[in-house]
Amino acid sequence: MNRKAQAIVLFLVGGAVLRAGSTDLYLRYVKAGLRPLLLAAGVVLMAAAVATVWYERRTRTAGEDAGEGEGGHAHREPRVSWLLVLPLFALILVAPPALGSYTAMHTGTALQRPWGFPALPAGDPLPLNVADYAGRAVYDHGRSLEHRRVKITGFVALDGHGAPYLVRMALNCCAADAQPVKIGLTGRMPTVLQPDTWLQVIGTYTRKRTKDPVGGGAIPYLEVSRSTPVPAPRDPYDESWNG
Amino acid sequence: MTTTTEAAPTAADRRDAGDPRGGRFDSSLGLIMLLLVVVVAQGPVRRALSAPVAQSWMTVFTAVVLQALPFLVLGVLLSALIAVFVPPSFFARALPRRPAVAVPVAGVAGAVLPGCECASVPVAGALVRRGVTPAAALAFLLSAPAINPIVLTATAVAFPRQPQMVLARFVASLFVACAMGWLWQRLGRADWLRPPARPAFHGHGKGAAFWASVRHDVMHAGGFLVVGAMAAATLKAVVPASWLRGAADDPVVSILALAVLAVLLSICSEADAFVAASLSQFSLTARLAFLVVGPMIDLKLFAMQTGTFGRGFALRFAPATFVLAVLVSTLVGAVLL
Repeated sequence: MNRKAQAIVLFLVGGAVLRAGSTDLYLRYVKAGLRPLLLAAGVVLMAAAVATVWYERRTRTAGEDAGEGEGGHAHREPRVSWLLVLPLFALILVAPPALGSYTAMHTGTALQRPWGFPALPAGDPLPLNVADYAGRAVYDHGRSLEHRRVKITGFVALDGHGAPYLVRMALNCCAADAQPVKIGLTGRMPTVLQPDTWLQVIGTYTRKRTKDPVGGGAIPYLEVSRSTPVPAPRDPYDESWNG
Repeated sequence: MTTTTEAAPTAADRRDAGDPRGGRFDSSLGLIMLLLVVVVAQGPVRRALSAPVAQSWMTVFTAVVLQALPFLVLGVLLSALIAVFVPPSFFARALPRRPAVAVPVAGVAGAVLPGCECASVPVAGALVRRGVTPAAALAFLLSAPAINPIVLTATAVAFPRQPQMVLARFVASLFVACAMGWLWQRLGRADWLRPPARPAFHGHGKGAAFWASVRHDVMHAGGFLVVGAMAAATLKAVVPASWLRGAADDPVVSILALAVLAVLLSICSEADAFVAASLSQFSLTARLAFLVVGPMIDLKLFAMQTGTFGRGFALRFAPATFVLAVLVSTLVGAVLL
């Protein structure tokens, strides 16, 4: 790859990263806290592209023979540099969605024992996130959840038999380490459910629980009284694990 | 399905390389053609990638690249600063005369080169050329990618509940680096080491040299980062979790499995901690082996070492590093984790 082509690649990759960071696109792939670093990286890459073109033009006007060689001795970048166009295509053309039901059903539930079970605030129905409900249901045997109506948002995933689960992917840093936390849904559910649609369910704690066929983790159930489709949240991942 | 995009650049590359236009492949023209072809064909490409496996592969791939890129850019900027504004003679003056003492000093000095392994290979090559004893330069080569602040911070972020992982990684990596330096001091022969040649960025002023170094490092390391991201995405999206779980059950097998995985994946040391964190079915010791082996020897490093120091060197140095890194991380893991 010669310098001109390298400058094009740097400029486009920098622009794609800058665009992903300045919209909510980056939230599909990495944690929210990475945004300033992403924007800075995009700016630096574009600056490197501009500098490459500028110095290339200056050397060309200074001496005609310098423009021909790559640093005099034809030091070309290795072919592996061409692969940099792949993330470019992925970000600009495809922009793959956040991890959804496919990954969720191929990965075991990643529920971990919470540090403690602080008293829940008042409110009916009480908004809880998926991991909070599952943690209290499994490790506190639902003690703090008795006689409470809870409101939980997540996306739908169906297992091999079509049984519905409400899932939220928990994220530490980027989608490569995202792991699902699952809640089984029983009670009044719509008859037709599309995987990956976002649902807000209102329901109560039930003792029923099951073992995840993948990984063997515990999956608690929720007795659903009402479910409404909702738009996907701005940040599709649960980042409360970041600490 | 995923191979459609992977194959696209290489196929276009080869096709255009055969073009007898002036006997030389014009890469900017090739790049523009490739971009045009992909934009025109984006409908079929999107349809081909709509299967859930392909989608999740793409998401993980994009995520690994996007997450590692800021760290890579930061490392590249700092390494360009050092390469351009710190005179090479400074390193030679700063090191003790006696090689046996210079090895640990150079190993600890690795902490000040914030970059990934891609940056440390050319710097180590330059050190050898400037008359630094090879044993010390090699200790630096092995320690720099593993114990610098950026990598250790990334490790702490990736393992928020196991802060001892950072200490274990630091101790094990520094120990392996020094041991390899002393081993080279004892057994190494000068004729195994081909004097490294490094592309010179000088001649057009410091600004030009700085940006040339940035461009060169991003194109080099960025390409290898994409390779690593593809491998990691394949592992995450395609390989059934049960395969790795089978290896994770046995303590000895799990350490060896992750050590080999580190070599094969060739992930940038600034990003490998996040991949290690996601391999949660493995013991901490096995994941420590992954973090110690990865920055010291992997497929892309072997290629780079061959290019910089010669094949005779790489063929001896790489297996020795692998064995020592596995042994030391097992020991350190047993004590600290």
